[in-house]
Amino acid sequence: MSDLNLFSVLILSALIVFFLSQKKAKNWQTSAGSERVHSLPVYYGYFGSIWTVIPALFVFAFWSFFSTNVISTMVVGQFVELQALDKSSLSLALNEIYLMSDASIVPSLSDNTIKAQAANLFMQYSQYSAIFKSITVLAIAALGFILTYWRITPTTKARNSVENIVVYALLSCAVIAILTTAGIIFSVLLESIEFFKTIPVSDFLFGTHWSPQIALREDQAGSSGAFGAVPLFWGTIFISLIAIIIAGPLGLISAIYLSEYASKRVRSIVKPVLEILAGVPTVVYGFFAALTIGPLVRDFGYWLREMGVNLDIQILANLTVSTESALAAGLVMGMMIVPFILSLSDDVIAAVPDSMRDGSTAMGATKSETVWKVIIPAALPGIVGGFLLAISRAIGETMIVLMAAGVASNLTANPMNSVTTVTTQIVTLLTGDQEFDSVKTLAAFALGLGLFITTLVLNIIALHVVRRYREQYE
Amino acid sequence: MWLEDIESNMNNTKIVQASLKKRYAKERRFKAYGIFSISLSLLFLSFLLFDITHKAMPAFTQTYLKLDIDFSYKNLKLKEGSRYSEKELFSASYRQLTSKSLYEIFPEVTNRKDKKVLRNFVSSGAQYNLRDLVIENPSLIGTKKSIWVLADDDIDSFAKGLIDRNLPESERRIKDNQLVWIDTLEADNRIEKRLNIGFLTQGDSREPEQAGIWGAIKGSFFTMLITLILSFPIGVAAAVYLEEFAPKNNWFVDLIEVNINNLAAVPSVVFGILGLAVYINLFGLPRSAPLVGGLVLFLMTLPTIIIATRAAIKSVPPSIREAALGVGASKMQMISHHVLPLAMPGILTGSIIGMAQALGESAPLLMIGMVAFVADIPQGFMDPSTVLPVQIFIWSDSPERAFIALTSAAIVVLLIFLFLMNLLAIILRKKFETRW
Repeated sequence: MSDLNLFSVLILSALIVFFLSQKKAKNWQTSAGSERVHSLPVYYGYFGSIWTVIPALFVFAFWSFFSTNVISTMVVGQFVELQALDKSSLSLALNEIYLMSDASIVPSLSDNTIKAQAANLFMQYSQYSAIFKSITVLAIAALGFILTYWRITPTTKARNSVENIVVYALLSCAVIAILTTAGIIFSVLLESIEFFKTIPVSDFLFGTHWSPQIALREDQAGSSGAFGAVPLFWGTIFISLIAIIIAGPLGLISAIYLSEYASKRVRSIVKPVLEILAGVPTVVYGFFAALTIGPLVRDFGYWLREMGVNLDIQILANLTVSTESALAAGLVMGMMIVPFILSLSDDVIAAVPDSMRDGSTAMGATKSETVWKVIIPAALPGIVGGFLLAISRAIGETMIVLMAAGVASNLTANPMNSVTTVTTQIVTLLTGDQEFDSVKTLAAFALGLGLFITTLVLNIIALHVVRRYREQYE
Repeated sequence: MWLEDIESNMNNTKIVQASLKKRYAKERRFKAYGIFSISLSLLFLSFLLFDITHKAMPAFTQTYLKLDIDFSYKNLKLKEGSRYSEKELFSASYRQLTSKSLYEIFPEVTNRKDKKVLRNFVSSGAQYNLRDLVIENPSLIGTKKSIWVLADDDIDSFAKGLIDRNLPESERRIKDNQLVWIDTLEADNRIEKRLNIGFLTQGDSREPEQAGIWGAIKGSFFTMLITLILSFPIGVAAAVYLEEFAPKNNWFVDLIEVNINNLAAVPSVVFGILGLAVYINLFGLPRSAPLVGGLVLFLMTLPTIIIATRAAIKSVPPSIREAALGVGASKMQMISHHVLPLAMPGILTGSIIGMAQALGESAPLLMIGMVAFVADIPQGFMDPSTVLPVQIFIWSDSPERAFIALTSAAIVVLLIFLFLMNLLAIILRKKFETRW
């Protein structure tokens, strides 16, 4: 029986058992002189179908998940030739075997290669496995049905039982959050350890040369590639810095204006409009940065250079200018972050108690003096927390830098030059078909680990600061 | 003594009054900064939207050429006869139909090189359109008819005024001899611009004039469907557990809460790494499939939905819960019959916003292979496909000039979708907003 059929049978039997059990409970209610029934009939229905189907479904999922691995181990055990292979060539051979058996190209008996035999055996075992799986799953379902249907009585606490199971189901949904984090850590950590076996941690953290090209031949010059991540860290920090320098003042001052000066009507219009900026997909910003802002910045750079030549300023005259620049990416990223800082600052400014404002006003301070000398000092921890969250956002941003900042790793302080970032390198190293265990691919996982840890730490600090601040005024 | 006091008081007043002008100026200046920074952000937003719509305009029309196509047996390389099977018609030669017609209009072109340039006035897709036309109506064979065919993207760009004819020839994609031909065609009324319907109905193509976003829209649809089916029920269930059943001061529950808050701030590329390592490498799911894309976006959207749902559940007043419990409902009945229905508008609003974020997300999908060139329209969850934002990314990388307009047009379509989703969220919030 195919998996889909088996699944449909299970679902169908769940429905049938539901109605059977419900009917039974209804009969208790209507039969005269009967004792009081503990739960509503519908709960007996749920009770019956849960115990019929859920254990069977678990076995079904478990079996399906592990059967391929178990069968391949069994197949490999039958052939000495396959056992002799090392890990990577074994997985290649197994893949071939899967393909052969999957395509149902029954290898003719004359085809006596090991792989054909193995594929044949694999197919045979898979058929057995499918039959046994169907039998086991259906048997467990039947057993569940027998155990529940004939044993439910009017005193069975069906509702409590069902509700308990539902609570566990809800809990398992919440646990997915932990599983996700575990999955992230598992996937980046394992590969990173693998990476750091070939490239020492110190070379990665402090090396200043990054060129992860793949060698076409073993003896090619520079075939090992260089994995010094300092240029990437610098590029990331540089662009985030530009972004926060733009977004910080803009967002903060806008928030102050909207919460302290603007009328209610202006506020109710301007705030949602500015929040559109936060809803625009990053790929759109990337396109805009690369095609519109990038050339503008480049032209500005040329103009600066000309000025430098005319006025004889050495620094400007030697300026390197490129279309893909840190400034273009940082500018656009800054505009993207503005609504983020705006709403976070708005929250903390609103949390400053009115008594402090009134006190300051009563002392004769103007509004701006109140803002600078009372509100901002009081709200400072919250504002700093908001800025930290914004920085962590900027560090993790991918599409803008990928499209507008370039992939050349430059260790430069010139905002007109192109730089590359951690996220850009992760994407460029992992897109396309690569061998999963090449150093180049592993490097992306090491970068991912660094990125994950950095943003995690920033977020924890920021959330902690903001929460402490909120408690202060509550 | 009191005289001195008055004097010093008057002095203080004077000092204050003297500084007042300055302080008021400062106040006005500060207010101006506020207005300036808000207008700067608004200006940026309008510039962004204007720039992209402006760039997108050319993509909504397409240039067609009117050619007198001679469907003779000779040109089609068919044996003269009365009836043909569809297969015969399908494999007939349509390539030269447009070229021959162009040579007829410009008999003076004899040079091989020039002929090639002239031949390329017509899009390489035109022959397939002609083929479909003949298959649909076999009586065309042996006749001569003037037909509008799709022009090449360079001609298209020129007709839309995107290529400046006053530039020196070496910097122009349309050369001088092509200019003369185009002018002739124009004088003959053989050039026309029409609405670009193919943009919304076709899949991706290497040729800008044949490229469309229908494939990407369908890919996005399948991906979003998976995301919604998984993240909505699971997110709501997790939120209900955390709000209603989770024991207080329990380390495990605290761990879950910390995890959810952190996952909401994890960069999206990291989810891409997770998808690559776990879904594709460990579980062996296929690359580029909407199923995997949906699974990745599900994990990304989950924290958003959980947080929104918790806020919505929290806002249901305790009096309603107590009333339900008071008339004998169990806790589960209270939640499913009263709390969740009342919190539903808030939950839906949060979920729609989460889905809108997922619809615009591209970075993690690049890493699970949805960046591949896919010309076919995906038909299911396992077919290789791409999504709208990734399609935008792919096109923005293409060198042909016409792709700029296509990219912008795709952005406009994406923004319209996002706008509609957000509008729906706002309407839901406004319509079902309850003040307790």
